[in-house]
Order: sequence, then structure tokens, then C-alpha cells
Amino acid sequence: MAQRIDIKDLDVYYGSFRAVADVGMTIEPRSITALIGPSGCGKSTFLRTLNRMHEVIPGARVQGTVLMDGVDLYGSGVDPVAVRRQVGMVFQRPNPFPTMSIAENVLAGVKLNNRRISKGDANDLVESSLRGANLWNEVKDRLDRPGSSLSGGQQQRLCIARAIAVKPQVLLMDEPCSALDPISTLAIEDLMAELKDDYTIVIVTHNMQQAARVSDRTAFFTIEGTGKPGRLVEMDDTRTMFSTPTQQATEDYISGRFG
Amino acid sequence: MATAAPTTPAPGTGNASTRALLTTADTRRRLTDRAMTVVVSLAFAIALVPLISLAWTVVSNGIGRLSPYFLTVSMRGVFGGMDAGGIYHAIVGTVLVTGAAAVISVPIGIMAAVYLVEYGRGPLARAVTFFVDVMTGIPSIVAGLFAYALFAVFFGPGVRFGLVGAVALSVLMIPVVVRSCEEMLRLVPNELREASYALGVPKWLTVVKVVLRTAVGGIVTGVMLAVARVIGETAPLLVTVGVIDSINTNVFEGRMMTLPVYVFRQYAQGLVPCTEGATDCIATVNIDRAWAAALTLILIVMALNLLARLVARWFAPKAGH
Ligand SMILES: Nc1ncnc2c1ncn2[C@@H]1O[C@H](COP(=O)(O)OP(=O)(O)OP(=O)(O)O)[C@@H](O)[C@H]1O
Ligand SMILES: [Mg+2]
Repeated sequence: MAQRIDIKDLDVYYGSFRAVADVGMTIEPRSITALIGPSGCGKSTFLRTLNRMHEVIPGARVQGTVLMDGVDLYGSGVDPVAVRRQVGMVFQRPNPFPTMSIAENVLAGVKLNNRRISKGDANDLVESSLRGANLWNEVKDRLDRPGSSLSGGQQQRLCIARAIAVKPQVLLMDEPCSALDPISTLAIEDLMAELKDDYTIVIVTHNMQQAARVSDRTAFFTIEGTGKPGRLVEMDDTRTMFSTPTQQATEDYISGRFG
Repeated sequence: MATAAPTTPAPGTGNASTRALLTTADTRRRLTDRAMTVVVSLAFAIALVPLISLAWTVVSNGIGRLSPYFLTVSMRGVFGGMDAGGIYHAIVGTVLVTGAAAVISVPIGIMAAVYLVEYGRGPLARAVTFFVDVMTGIPSIVAGLFAYALFAVFFGPGVRFGLVGAVALSVLMIPVVVRSCEEMLRLVPNELREASYALGVPKWLTVVKVVLRTAVGGIVTGVMLAVARVIGETAPLLVTVGVIDSINTNVFEGRMMTLPVYVFRQYAQGLVPCTEGATDCIATVNIDRAWAAALTLILIVMALNLLARLVARWFAPKAGH
């Protein structure tokens, strides 16, 4: 049940500072879209506008439209909480809840919302989510241990399991592998490849190979200088972007000549 | 080795110059290190002196009269230098009045802190912070007079019962609770809030089930410190709750005795003028009772602190392996 996202004329502000300007793009359903670009160009900022997490920062606001199957996420009457239930997010640093066990962390989206769930259903959900995140075999014997007792890579997969347990349609990932070793990174990349059968995935990454390996489409952002807003330079199929980009800036960035 | 510098003959083999490099300590640095260690240890010892001497004084003076009997009877019908009487009524009063004060202040304090940290912005939050700061500095007797005046409006002059005292203590307690809870809530990493929002959890549930839950250990400690701060207050209770010799368990009516006020009263009565040859008259009985009650008060505060530690440990995030 993945859905297409259309972004039009999006400007994103922190107070009076415009961090991202004039973004327009389409994110295809059931695919992986990679966002690349130099540090500070507004990739995280842009990503967080897709599930209305941007506005939890004091003074932050958004102009423009983000259409999910034609419904403007920023239109009147749209509830940010409902948006976030459809658009899940995995953060750069693993952030399991320190007061909860592994199983409780997976169920956090249910438990924190005071939703009732039978014990059997809860166990099934824990297992299927952890299997989905490729973590089940490693933790099945210690589900009641604290989430913080896992390694960094395991914690990150736990956070992915937690995100897919609420069955979102879109999954946003902000540099999910930046703190991980190559093996965990591969595990998460495999996971993304599997997840894209059901979900629309948007991933921010600094790793060109990763973008080339996993994504179907790639968007390149850049920034002209400090104090200037970040902009979308171009977006295309990943293969085209990495072989024959139309913009010189993209080619320079991808070939490592700047950024 | 062309240098003529005398090298200490090192036992064992090995390159002498390397050894010298590794073992020669700068004498000045070593001296400074010694001196600073002495200064720091001395400062620590000096800081302990008043604490230990206070504990010693209270224990040695108070232990004599402290007994199960002393803890379980009131002062009803006790007069002169009688070898009788206890503090049961004062313990009851202290527990009830302080408990009522906590019941009033803890919810208000925590909610105010939640407001300041999670919702507060702009002039209203600044005003709340300002008034909390001002309230921290209110002298306790002023809080007592305020509570008295407040209740006198409704109940007429001379009003004295437990709740008036609880309100006076709340005035002192609320700012402490707000301040400490605010600090604790600010310590909760923003990532956890965002993790919760990103799961589609509304803000209020995030505050209740993630932020407060993560901070609960610190909040309990803060609340206990606030209780310890007011449990020894004397002046406001003298004004608002008064004194009495018998047991009163109703905070809504009638005067109550409390431990600090009891200590004050007993001490103020001073030596008993015993008639010569009277066998059952102890001249120092009032002062002995004051010390024993003071010791009890300290023990109660200690017990509260231990309890707070246990609760905080109970709620603390479980460590790894
Ligand atoms: N909370 C904030 N308040 C104010 N400005 C911010 C905030 N977060 C980010 N910015 C600014 O917005 C711009 C874009 O930041 P953003 O974090 O989106 O960059 P990024 O592309 O994700 O960089 P990186 O690759 O280093 O993660 C930067 O100039 C940054 O200084
Ligand atoms: Mg970023």
C-alpha cells in the first residue's frame, strides 16, 4: 500500500533562516529514493518535512505542498500525528527507549499510544517486525533484555523494527548506516531491498556506493554558500545520475571533486 | 652516554637512559601534586567536621530518651518533671502535614515543570520562571503568615489547623519541585521525544510515557529533597498549625503538633524547678525530649532519602548486560 509523494515549491525555514528552497520532486511508490549532497545542504531538514517532524523544532516552519496520493500533508485538517503513523522514520543515531526492553521497544508504537493488543498478537508483531529487520535470530532469546544492551548495529535494526511495527507506508531513513560497521550496513541494505516490496523508502546517505547500490532514484542537493538555502540540483534514475548526469555540479560531486 | 650527569644506579638491566627518561619525575610537579592532595583532603575533612559533630551531638544527647515508649505516646497529661511523655502526636502531625503539603505541591510542581520544558514559550513561560525564582527566596515565616492570612479570610482570625500548615509548606515546596523537575526533564534527550513522535505518538502521551518515564528517577529524588527541605520548618507551622499535647489525626480541623515545633516547645520550657528530694522529677526532662525528638526528625529524613534512592534505582533505565 505504498504511496507516491509529490513535493512542490517547498521552502523550509528555521525561524527566519531559509534552510531549503524551491524543492520540487516526485517520490515513486515501492522504490528507494536516495538523497545525496554535501554536509549542511538540508537533506535532513527536507527529509523531516515529509513526516512533519520538522515542525517540532521551535520556530521551524514549512511553505509549499507535500502531496501524498494527492492529499496535502500540510493542508488544513491534516493531523501531524496521523501523518507520522503513515510515514515512519529511522534516525541517524540509534535511539531505543532506555526504559524499555527489546520487545517493548518493538511494541513502542502500540504501547505508547495506549492501544490494546492481545499477548499473542503482540508476540507475533514482535517476531514479524524483528524478522523484517533481520534481527530476530540474534535477539530471540533475550527479548526482555534492555534495548540498550545491543550493539550499535543491532540497536539500529531494532529501531527499524520499531518503525515498521506501526506498518507505515513510507519509511524515511536519515543516514541509517553512518554509525555502523560494513556487515551491519550490508544487513540494513539487504533489509531495504526487501522492504521496498511493501514500502516507499527515502534514504539520506553520504555514501555514494550505497546510493548507487540500493536506490532506484537519486536526488542531488547542494548549497551555494553558508547562509544560503540548500537547493535540489537534479533528480533522476540512479543509473543515469551516476553515469550521465545533466548538471556539471552533480558530476563533480559524484566523482568526488567537491563536497 | 657522554653526559656526566649522575644517574641513579637502577636495579636490573635495561637501557639506563630510557629508564631515566621513564622514571625521573619532575620534583616540582611531584611536590605540587603532594601539596594539592593534602589541601583537597583537608578541605574534605573540614567539610565533614560540622556534619560529624552535629550527628554526634544529636545522637549522644537524644539517644537516652529515645525508646519505643517515647515514640508511641503523646504528651497528654504530662507536666512538670514527670518521667513520661513522648512524640507520637508530633510524628503523626509531621507526617500528615508534610504529606498533605506533598500532595498539593508535587502535582502542581511537576505539571508546571512539564509546562515550562515542553510547552512554555514567550512571556507566560518567562513570567512563571520569574515567579518560581522569587518564590524560592521567600522566608518561611512569610509563607506561614501568607497561609494564615489566606485562611483567616474564610475562617476568621485565629484559624489553626493542619491544612493551613500544609499550604504554607507548599508555598515553600512548589518552587523546589518545579526547579528540580525542570532540570530533570531538560536532561531527557530530544532524540527520545522525536523517536516517539516518529511512531505517531501524540505529544501528551510522549510527555507522559516517554519524557516523564525516563526522568522519573530524578523527579523522585527532587521531590524527596523538597520534602526534606520543608519537613524541618518550624516558624510557619507555629503560626499556622499551633501546638497541642494530644493526638489529632484530622488535618481539616484542630491544632496539631509537629516535630520541629515540639523540639522548639520543649527546649523553650527549659529546666524543671524540681522540689528538693522529689524522686520522680527529672530537671532536664524537657531538654532531653527536645534532643530525642530532633534525633527522630533526622532519622525520618534519612529514611526518606534511602527510600528515594531505592525508588530512583527501581525506575532507572536498566543498564546493558
Ligand atoms: N535545529 C536547527 N535550527 C536552526 N538551523 C538548523 C537546525 N538544524 C539544521 N539547521 C541548519 O539548516 C541547514 C541544513 O541542515 P541539515 O541538517 O538539513 O543538513 P544536512 O544536509 O542533513 O547535513 P549533513 O549531511 O551534515 O547531515 C544547515 O545550514 C543547518 O545549519
Ligand atoms: Mg543530516
